[in-house]
Amino acid sequence: MNRQLFAPGHTACVGCGQSLGARLVIEASGPNTIVANNTGCLEVFSTKYPESSWGVPWIHSLFENAAAVASGIEAALIYLGKKDTVNVIAQGGDGGTADIGLQALSGMFERGQDILYVCYDNEAYMNTGIQRSGLTPFDANTTTSPAGSASSGNIRPKKPMPEIANAHGIPYVATASVGFPQDLQRKVKKAVSIKGPKYIQIHVPCPLGWRHEPVQTAQVAKTAVEAGLYPLVEYENTRLIAVRKIKPSPVEEYLKLQGRFKHLLNNPEEIKKIQEIANHNIEKYNLRVTSSEKNLSTEC
Amino acid sequence: MREFLEGSQAVTRVVKLCKPGVISAYPITPQTHIVEGLAQMVADGQLNSQFVNVESEHSAASVVLGAVATGVRAYTATSSQGLFYMGEVLFNIAGLRLPVMLTCANRAISAPINIWNDQQDSVSMRDCGFIQFYAEDIQEVVDLHLIGYRVAEDKSVMLPVMVCMDGFILTHGIETIDMPQQEEVDKFLPPYSALYKLDPERPLTMGPLVDPEYYMEMRFAIQETHKEVIKLIPQITAQFFKVFGRQYHGLIEEYRTKDAQRVIVAMGSVCGTIKEVVDELRAKGKKVGLLKITTYRPFPHQEIYERLKNIPRVAVLDKALSLGSYAPLAVEVKAAFFGKKKQPQVISSFVAGLGGRDITKDSIKEIFRLLTAKERACEFIDLKPELLKETYE
Amino acid sequence: MFGPLNVKPGTSRNNKTGSWRTELRPKFLQKDCIACKMCALTCPEDCIEGAQKNTFYCDYEFCKGCGLCAFICPKADITMIEEELKE
Repeated sequence: MNRQLFAPGHTACVGCGQSLGARLVIEASGPNTIVANNTGCLEVFSTKYPESSWGVPWIHSLFENAAAVASGIEAALIYLGKKDTVNVIAQGGDGGTADIGLQALSGMFERGQDILYVCYDNEAYMNTGIQRSGLTPFDANTTTSPAGSASSGNIRPKKPMPEIANAHGIPYVATASVGFPQDLQRKVKKAVSIKGPKYIQIHVPCPLGWRHEPVQTAQVAKTAVEAGLYPLVEYENTRLIAVRKIKPSPVEEYLKLQGRFKHLLNNPEEIKKIQEIANHNIEKYNLRVTSSEKNLSTEC
Repeated sequence: MREFLEGSQAVTRVVKLCKPGVISAYPITPQTHIVEGLAQMVADGQLNSQFVNVESEHSAASVVLGAVATGVRAYTATSSQGLFYMGEVLFNIAGLRLPVMLTCANRAISAPINIWNDQQDSVSMRDCGFIQFYAEDIQEVVDLHLIGYRVAEDKSVMLPVMVCMDGFILTHGIETIDMPQQEEVDKFLPPYSALYKLDPERPLTMGPLVDPEYYMEMRFAIQETHKEVIKLIPQITAQFFKVFGRQYHGLIEEYRTKDAQRVIVAMGSVCGTIKEVVDELRAKGKKVGLLKITTYRPFPHQEIYERLKNIPRVAVLDKALSLGSYAPLAVEVKAAFFGKKKQPQVISSFVAGLGGRDITKDSIKEIFRLLTAKERACEFIDLKPELLKETYE
Repeated sequence: MFGPLNVKPGTSRNNKTGSWRTELRPKFLQKDCIACKMCALTCPEDCIEGAQKNTFYCDYEFCKGCGLCAFICPKADITMIEEELKE
């Protein structure tokens, strides 16, 4: 067996989607990888001194600067003449990526640096106690977008990070999900084979923050995709080259699994709004499987 | 070789001699000539470095952090707001024990916005763990970069260094200086060999989460290392003298303090003006002197105590404030006498030159004049009281 | 002086998270396994190993008992059973 790149013994919650996602990513990229990690759950549960889960060289600096630290690593590797043999990954959670780290990430994209940025999207600031982020979905109940008699939760839809990444003209952008691990690993392998900046955003359920059973992590992730709420898309040079086709299921199938949407279940008006978000995705990315494409829905 | 160079240009030349593999910076006045110069050197193929143009100082500091963590010597420069924006990263670089080199072109802090010189920027960053040098002139700026890299990369140190040069006064001033030769620099400063680095051949985890069981020791180790740096700097400057023939104590410099009755303590380019005034007053028979502080972090308490304990009256000149308290350098000079029997009768504190207001020879003479038996705290020199009458009622 | 600073790779193995299991543990039946490796792929702890059909097992020193392996197994060849209380 090869050197374990993400060893057990980490302190992630039972059923943590992010720990699963992180392992899938590093295994796909392989031992010749250097990782720069933003502050967040992943850093906390995988590197509590004096222990570390990481089998690759790994550095954590701050909440918002993994993309810039990785830029320094990449520049150093070019200087050393080693860049062609080493992958550089910068990674962080949705807050560290789409909110506080967006500027550093945009800089990394714009400079064309040969780095894969991975965003583990669990749709809120989980490490600090489930506060809303720019990637928290519409109507989700978080501790800073609580549902109440005057609110049905988070008032804004998710920030369109893959489109923001694409607007930089970078060679590869994809979304993935821990509900589809082979697809995820295929995308990581493809990304690291492409020179330049790459962005992969991975949907990683958080049993604690989304309030579902740990055993449901994969199911919740899959259901998000199948409802059209987390389209799995792939862009090369800003051109959409593939989507995961679905036979769309109603969004309730996804919402009802999670406590963060519990307040909506007797609120058909709000559910309709979420269904509209899904419908918009389905139309925009042409997600619906046609009779001639039957097999595509199971390719991953 | 003697050359007539602008301060910023001199910095680019010495940085080139140090062969950093990665340079990253974000433009801010008055640091710009430095990074423009380095960019041109890379563009002209004279300097084999990766020049990373970033979108902010926060990222500039993060890029050099990442580069040094990968085992490559790196360089950045900034000023004022840029240094503050780096602030979070600066603490982190020191905590990760990465020997980054940073040139700070000292400039005032907003508000009100002001691009001219004082030392509020770097003085405010005194707690971040960087070793801090303050240069009096351009020659010293050049030499402190060489000394700085040597100290920073010493295997017993592994801490970042900030060389502070007064904005415009030194960055845009022109002097004839002795620019070291490459062979001399190579002899004095060997290639960077990291104690630890990000290397797939030998993976390790840097920057882990550290809980209360371990955190104190990590911080204590940095504090102790700073004490070792106090001892190391004079050793490195002695080696520097052997190679380059220029002598520095490294921590402090005494100027006509023997038998002095009144001494000003100061940092940076103002020391040049003070020396002129000291010479003038000495010519008139006044027993005055200067104690220049070159190394502000680690703070050379013992050296200051030894040099000032028999001086009756000491004036500390700050070009920065700690709003709501006494002036920062004055507090630390006073602290050098903490628990000591011998000490000056008077340690008065003066603030001058904020936001680029000229500190003239008359300003220095005024400080000597005010250095009486009455101890003064945070006394502003060259203040215009008529400007304080504005009201908004 | 350095004190604690960097960490050696893979040292989290010193932390036996198997003690977290309170109710259920996976049982690998090794009867209908087709070696699709979905259990190993989906394990957040990376504590499932195996290569051929009916050879997969998990390391109970680290298994937190999340049940994702049992959920994902297409052949229902992993079941969650009551944790044996050892005292």
